[in-house]
Amino acid sequence: MGDNRLMIKVTVNDRLYELQVDPELRLVDLLRDELGLTGTKEGCGKGECGACTIIMNGKTVNSCMVLAFQADGSEILTIEGMGDGEELHPIQEAFIRQGAVQCGYCTPGMVLSAKAILDKNPNPSEEEIRKGISGNLCRCTGYQKIVDAIKDAAEVMGGGGDER
Amino acid sequence: MYRYIRQTIPKIDLKAKVTGKARYGGDIKLHGMVYGKTVYSKYPHAKILNIDTSKADNFPGVVAVLTMKDVMGNNELFGGFHVLTGDKVRFIGDGIALVLAKDLKTAEKAQKLVEVEYEVLPSVFNIDEALAEDAPIIHDFAPGNIIPDSTHHLIKGDLEKGLAEADFIFERTYQTQFIEHAYIEPEAVVAIADAYEEMVTVYGSIQNPFSVRGAVADALGWSLNQVRIIPSVIGGTFGGKDEIASTLSARAAVAAVKLGRPVKIILSREESILESPKRHPYRFYYKVGVKKDGTITAMKSTVIAQGGGYNNKAQFTNWRAAIHTSGAYRIPNIYTEVFGVFTNTIHGGAMRGFSSPQTIFGQESLMDELAEELGFNPVEFRQINALRPGDTTPTSQPLGPGKIPAPLPEMIKKVAEQTEFVKRKEEFSRINEGPIKHGIGMALAMRGAGLGGEGLDATGANVMIQRDGSVVVRTGLTENGQGLKTAHSQIVAEALGISLERIIYPNVDTMTVPDGGPTVASRGTMIGGRALLKACEEIKQNLFKVAGEMLDCSSVELEIRDEKIFSINNPEQSLDYLKVVDQAVSIGVMLASLQWFSPGVANLDHHTNQGEAFPTYVWGVVVAEVEVDTETGKVEVTKVVSAHDVGTAVNPEAIKGQVYGGIVMAQGMGVLEEVEEEDGILKSKNLDEYLIPTSMDMPEMEVIIVETDDAFGPYGAKSIGEPATEIPAAAIANAITHATGQRIRYLPYNLERVLLGHKLTKKGVRP
Repeated sequence: MGDNRLMIKVTVNDRLYELQVDPELRLVDLLRDELGLTGTKEGCGKGECGACTIIMNGKTVNSCMVLAFQADGSEILTIEGMGDGEELHPIQEAFIRQGAVQCGYCTPGMVLSAKAILDKNPNPSEEEIRKGISGNLCRCTGYQKIVDAIKDAAEVMGGGGDER
Repeated sequence: MYRYIRQTIPKIDLKAKVTGKARYGGDIKLHGMVYGKTVYSKYPHAKILNIDTSKADNFPGVVAVLTMKDVMGNNELFGGFHVLTGDKVRFIGDGIALVLAKDLKTAEKAQKLVEVEYEVLPSVFNIDEALAEDAPIIHDFAPGNIIPDSTHHLIKGDLEKGLAEADFIFERTYQTQFIEHAYIEPEAVVAIADAYEEMVTVYGSIQNPFSVRGAVADALGWSLNQVRIIPSVIGGTFGGKDEIASTLSARAAVAAVKLGRPVKIILSREESILESPKRHPYRFYYKVGVKKDGTITAMKSTVIAQGGGYNNKAQFTNWRAAIHTSGAYRIPNIYTEVFGVFTNTIHGGAMRGFSSPQTIFGQESLMDELAEELGFNPVEFRQINALRPGDTTPTSQPLGPGKIPAPLPEMIKKVAEQTEFVKRKEEFSRINEGPIKHGIGMALAMRGAGLGGEGLDATGANVMIQRDGSVVVRTGLTENGQGLKTAHSQIVAEALGISLERIIYPNVDTMTVPDGGPTVASRGTMIGGRALLKACEEIKQNLFKVAGEMLDCSSVELEIRDEKIFSINNPEQSLDYLKVVDQAVSIGVMLASLQWFSPGVANLDHHTNQGEAFPTYVWGVVVAEVEVDTETGKVEVTKVVSAHDVGTAVNPEAIKGQVYGGIVMAQGMGVLEEVEEEDGILKSKNLDEYLIPTSMDMPEMEVIIVETDDAFGPYGAKSIGEPATEIPAAAIANAITHATGQRIRYLPYNLERVLLGHKLTKKGVRP
């Protein structure tokens, strides 16, 4: 079994891991099963729903569509790395304040997509927000309060203000 | 003056959800756990001649392969579903064997090694084939493929007399589609057998723990007190995680008991869509009599639901359909007949609305057609016929002040004004010359709140004040993301006059609360809230007894607010809540209560369905605007305004959240979604083939919360979960019809139907 395993180095939430991985192992399984980071969810296994969204080297990816060894040398942020210990990230706070969460299953992916949107543009338009989360399906909220929360977070984080 | 009711309180269970710490069924991992994968049928209808598990059994890493022979109790569950099917498959989601292995990957590989020999049988795939004279029979107990107990009538007045009074008679047929719940979390359950406790515990994506408990006990041949169901955080359900949760839990429990190891079954998206229930397709045949002045004199409806290979819901969805097929209209003469049929397809089950999105599409398409035929605008026509105070419902329940509120005429007026309906309709008609056409449409509904005569409605609540003043609330109802824990906590905090922060509300555990029925029918706040109020009342009496002795006054003059217990006659005379709790503990007074609430058995004639079908009703009016590209068939839903009577708005922002989600879910039903099958084989296998609305699709949305004086619910609160999603698809369909001038009588109004007026399949044109 171990013969064809590959050695990778990957930084997840600021922590460096050196791991032996099966070449077929998907990144989502590495995160959930091997590292115990179950905040990353799986919804379709096909890159359609975005529940497994993580940020890899500054970009959102569906971790079900990436093999673990492909993450060698990369920097990964999962929902567990948002915020600072017990302190919530302003995006997470905005999601609570705006009631942008119902069942919560899409939420980790949504929060990471929101972060990617705001990292790119601290003052995004509604259209940019909608586009930015269009790869993340939600069946509960109708997206309205999620969009509201991301606008709210932008404002709190200092980007917001002028309507564009 | 309320402190917590009618307040927007942030939902109490969100922190764990935004940090990824909330634990869903799929996140559970236990020592020694094995993974189960189900082997599904290859054919929609076939005899199983032989099941050979030997190759799978010998595959390295496989722990066991189970078939129906391994099911120690009753293999057949409620509705005919099997833990594992052994003799005959009736649809392609029939589970035949369960492969158990050390990890998921091994289980998936071994799953393919189970060899099943079939004798293929002739099949029926739709309503017409199921009802054909020489149709093959799917279940021996269902001659003619009619689902037993699924036939319901509503008979009011005299149909023939009413039709004779009409100036015009119209006949129309409408049909809806299979809809997938498409909760983002695919099903996962984990079963643990405990030899010492002689008990099995199941965790996971379970909406209705008590029905699942029954299924597990049946499958094991055990009694109910040996089965413990603890739903995990649920990643969406909308009625879906019910019979599938029962089947999976039973399978996992059988394996866990057999192996003495924890067993996890987690479905892929493909398996979830394959095996889980859907929203039933319904077909409506209407015959309706109308006078020249627009008044409807009579309505006859024949309604057929497509059940699928198995069924445990059409008996109930059809009852609701019988009550609601004639709509929210003052029709004196009604004859409705509803029944369901088995087909060798995926099956219908409970999905948010429970037949109402279908009936409303039928009835509200019909209303628009009648208005058009008679030359009324859609608002006028609805105003003429809408139920109002002084009328009786189709089940002859009186409406009006002091009875059941009937705000519908005012709601129609308000929504029509706010949306400038008539003006915009005329305007759109005038400008609709290019390929992009605009449309506006209205739909409305009444909805029986709670289970009503569908079954006995009853639930319990347990409230316990601890010695430090903190409070534990337990009910048998589940938090599905709808905000049940928050609404219930608001009710408890309000009733006890204490801070909401003191409350902890754990997930259901069937060992610790009485069977409170399923979390369905938008009954959580309304029925559960009443039980909570009773529990709070008893506790308060005990608190006041203790405080009365401390203050040397009568307990009846005491009140509690903001954690101060005070005398109404002399508010200076007061005590801290915590002090009174302390005293109660020290003198041995119990500050806990387990209470039960039921509106009782509905007083209803089950032949005619005349009587108290529901304790009360909610009302809704929706207007949708669309933009249709007539060159491509693409529909843009641009705006939806949704007005709902909720009685008392316990948490206005949470209500809006429900309505936004309901609108977008209904938009999917209206223009996008259909689970497609060809000869019983699924075509919509994953979310790339079954498309649901994305953030790019959502319309501009406006929610109008209507409050009425309704005495039934806790603080007057009623329902919103299902009302939110039952109406918009019909309003959108009417808007598209306005835009294109082409009435389509099938859902969804997708590209092909809007462009061509029908659907294309490999087998040719379908309506």
